[in-house]
Amino acid sequence: MAEMELTGAEIVIRCLHAEGVEYVFGYPGGAVLNIYDEIYKQEGFKHILARHEQAAVHAADAYARATGRVGVALVTSGPGATNAVTGIATAYMDSIPMVVITGQVPTPAIGQDAFQEVDTVGITRPCVKHNFLVKDVKELALTIKKAFYIAATGRPGPVVVDIPKDVTQHTCAFEYPDSVSMRSYNPTYKGHAGQIKRAVQMLLEAKRPVIYVGGGAVLGNASAQLIDFARELGYPVTSTLMGLGAYPAPDPLFLGMLGMHGTYEANMAMQHCDVLLAVGARFDDRVIGNPKHFAREARRIIHIDVDPSSISKRVKVDVPIVGDVAQVLDEFGRLIKGGAERPEEAALKAWWAQIELWRAQDCLKYDRGAAAIKPQYVVEKLYEVTGGEAFVTSDVGQHQMWAAQYYQFNKPRRWINSGGLGTMGVGLPYAMGVQFAHPEAMVACITGEGSIQMNIQELSTCKENRLPIKIILLNNGYLGMVRQWQEFFYEERYAESYVASLPDFVKLAQAYGHEGLTIEKPEDVEPALRRAFGEWKDKLVFLNFITDPRENVYPMIPAGKGLSEMILV
Amino acid sequence: MRHIISVLMENEAGALSRVAGLFSARGYNIESLTVAPTEDATLSRMTIVTYGSNDVVEQITKQLNKLVDVVKVQDLTDGSHIERELMLVKVRATGELREEMKRLADIFRGRIIDVTDKAYTIELTGTGSKLDAFLEALDPAAILETVRTGASGIGRGERMLKI
Repeated sequence: MAEMELTGAEIVIRCLHAEGVEYVFGYPGGAVLNIYDEIYKQEGFKHILARHEQAAVHAADAYARATGRVGVALVTSGPGATNAVTGIATAYMDSIPMVVITGQVPTPAIGQDAFQEVDTVGITRPCVKHNFLVKDVKELALTIKKAFYIAATGRPGPVVVDIPKDVTQHTCAFEYPDSVSMRSYNPTYKGHAGQIKRAVQMLLEAKRPVIYVGGGAVLGNASAQLIDFARELGYPVTSTLMGLGAYPAPDPLFLGMLGMHGTYEANMAMQHCDVLLAVGARFDDRVIGNPKHFAREARRIIHIDVDPSSISKRVKVDVPIVGDVAQVLDEFGRLIKGGAERPEEAALKAWWAQIELWRAQDCLKYDRGAAAIKPQYVVEKLYEVTGGEAFVTSDVGQHQMWAAQYYQFNKPRRWINSGGLGTMGVGLPYAMGVQFAHPEAMVACITGEGSIQMNIQELSTCKENRLPIKIILLNNGYLGMVRQWQEFFYEERYAESYVASLPDFVKLAQAYGHEGLTIEKPEDVEPALRRAFGEWKDKLVFLNFITDPRENVYPMIPAGKGLSEMILV
Repeated sequence: MRHIISVLMENEAGALSRVAGLFSARGYNIESLTVAPTEDATLSRMTIVTYGSNDVVEQITKQLNKLVDVVKVQDLTDGSHIERELMLVKVRATGELREEMKRLADIFRGRIIDVTDKAYTIELTGTGSKLDAFLEALDPAAILETVRTGASGIGRGERMLKI
C-alpha cells in the first residue's frame, strides 16, 4: 500500500477496514469525536449506537461469540471506559476475542486529573488479555494490528487500545502491516506428538471413560472433530455451561451439562470415570465443585487446552496437551482410525449400563400438571417452536440454568451467555450482537425480571435497528437464584430478593415501539411463542411469562460440596 | 519453598505493573522484585523472589509466561545459580564504634563508601542471608538506616536466560 499522511482518526478507520470489520458497537464522547467524525465519512463498516457503553461492549462480545470473529467496540474516555469495564471483564472471563478502542484525554493532560480522565490501561489491566496506550500516532496502525492479532490468537480475549485525543489529530504516513510477529507472544497450536500418543493409548484402555467439553471446544471450532472422535469410540460426552452446542444435545452419547446444576448422570459419570478427557475446559468451581471431593475417586486425566496455565491449575492432570483443540482432536481421530486397537467392548457396555441407571433418575423432571406456568415448560416449548434452530442468549440466574438444561443445543455458537463473570444484564445486548451477526436467524433472549432491567434501555437500540429479537421473560417476581439460595442455605430469610413494583413490561415494550404480551396460563405458552415467531416474526416481541415463584433449579450441588452430593427434586 | 524467578520482558511502559498486578490479583507472594533494562535496551530483566508450593510456583511461571510482554521465564532455583543482593547500611561511627564498624565491614567484605564524623555508610553485597548476618552482627542501636535492593539472580555456567 502506498504511503500517505493521515490523521490518527483516519488511521483508526483504515485499520478497521483492513481488518474487515463489519460492525462497531459504540457510544460517542469528547475524546473520540475525531474518530466519530471519520466514521461519519466512511461506509466500510456500520456503527451501532448503543444506549449505554456496557451494552455496546456486550453486543460486540456477542457478535464475536456468534461468529468467531473479533468483536469491536468504541467508547470515550473516563465514564465511557469505566462503563465498558463490565463488558470487557465479561468477555475476558469467557475468552472472547474483542478489540475495545477507548478515547483518552490528550497526552499533555494525562495525569492532570483532566475532565473525563481515568487510567483506562490501569483499570482494565486485570480484565484484558492485553492493553495499550498509544502515545504516538506513528505507533497507532501497528498497535491496532497487534490488538486484533492478540485478541484472536491463542486463548482469545479482549484487548483495549486507549487512544489520546491529540493522537487522533496528529498525522503520519499510514501503512497497515499484513502480518505481525511478536517475540514475546507465540501461542502453541500443535500438540506434543508423544503426549498425544500417550493420551490415545490411555483412552483406548479406558473402562469408564468420559469426555468433558468446555467453552474452548466452541471457541476453537472443534465441534466436528469432537463429534467424529466421540462417535468413533462411543464414549459418553458431557459439557460445561460454556461448551453447550459443541456436541449435539439430543445425541444419545450426550449426558447433558455437568456441574452445580448439571444432570445426575453427567456428574456421577464425571465422579466415577477412570479416564477423563478434558477438551478446552478448566475444572472451575461451578463444574467440579470441591476439588478435594473430586480427587477422592482415582482417575487419570488428559487435558487439551491452548492455554498452558489452565492445565493443572485446580486439578492435577496426568497427560497435559497444550495446543489447538481442533488440531489435537484431529490427531486423536487419525491415530485411532489408523490403528487396530479399540476399547474393550464389555467394559464399555457395563459403563453405559451404569450411566443408563443414573439417567433413569430423570433428574430434570418437573411437575407438568401444575396450574402455574413452569419456567422449564416455557424453555421446552421455545425449543419446540423454534425447532432447536434459534440462537439463545440469556442473562444470569435461574432462567439461565433452565435455558441451559432444557433447550437442546445442537450446534456450537448458538448458546450465548456469561459463564465466567456471570453478568446480569448481558441478555438483551447479547441478543443484539447475535441478531446483527445473523440478521435472518431466530434470536431469543431468555431472561429474568431482575436481569432485563439492567440493560432495558437497549430496547431503544433494537427499535432503531428493527431487531426482531424475542424476549422470553421468566417473571417469577424474585431474584430467583438469590431466593433459591436463601431458601436452601439461609432458612428462608428472603433478604432483598423480592422485587416489588415491577414495571408493566408489556406497556414498557410498547413505549419503546415493540410488541408485548403477558402470559399467565400454561395453555397460553405455546400460542404466545407461535405468535411471536409467526405473526410477529419481524418485530421485537416482549413475552412476559408469569411463572411459578417457588420453582427451583434442580439438581443442585451446594457450593463447596462434591459432584456426588447433589440435591435432587 | 523459596524460588527465584527470572523474567525477560519487553521494556514497555506498564510492564512492571502487569507483573505486580498479576501477583496481587492471584494472591502470590513477592518477597522482593528487582528490575532494570538489559544490555539490549528493548528488554528488561526482572528477578522475583517468591514463596510457594511447587504447584503454586508452576502456576506463577505459567501466568508470567501468559503476559503478552513477557519474553521468557526461568525458575533459577530449578538448577544451579548465583544470587546477589546489595545493601547500604548507615551506622553510627563515633568513639569506639568508629574502629569497630570498620573492622566488621572488613570481615564481611563490605566497603565504607561515605564517611562523616558521626556515621559511615557501608556497602555490602552477597546473598540475603549474608546481609542478614551482617545486620545481626551489628549492635541494633548503631544502625541508623538500611536499604536493600532485593536479590538479582543468574544461572551458573552455560545456563542462560536470553533470546
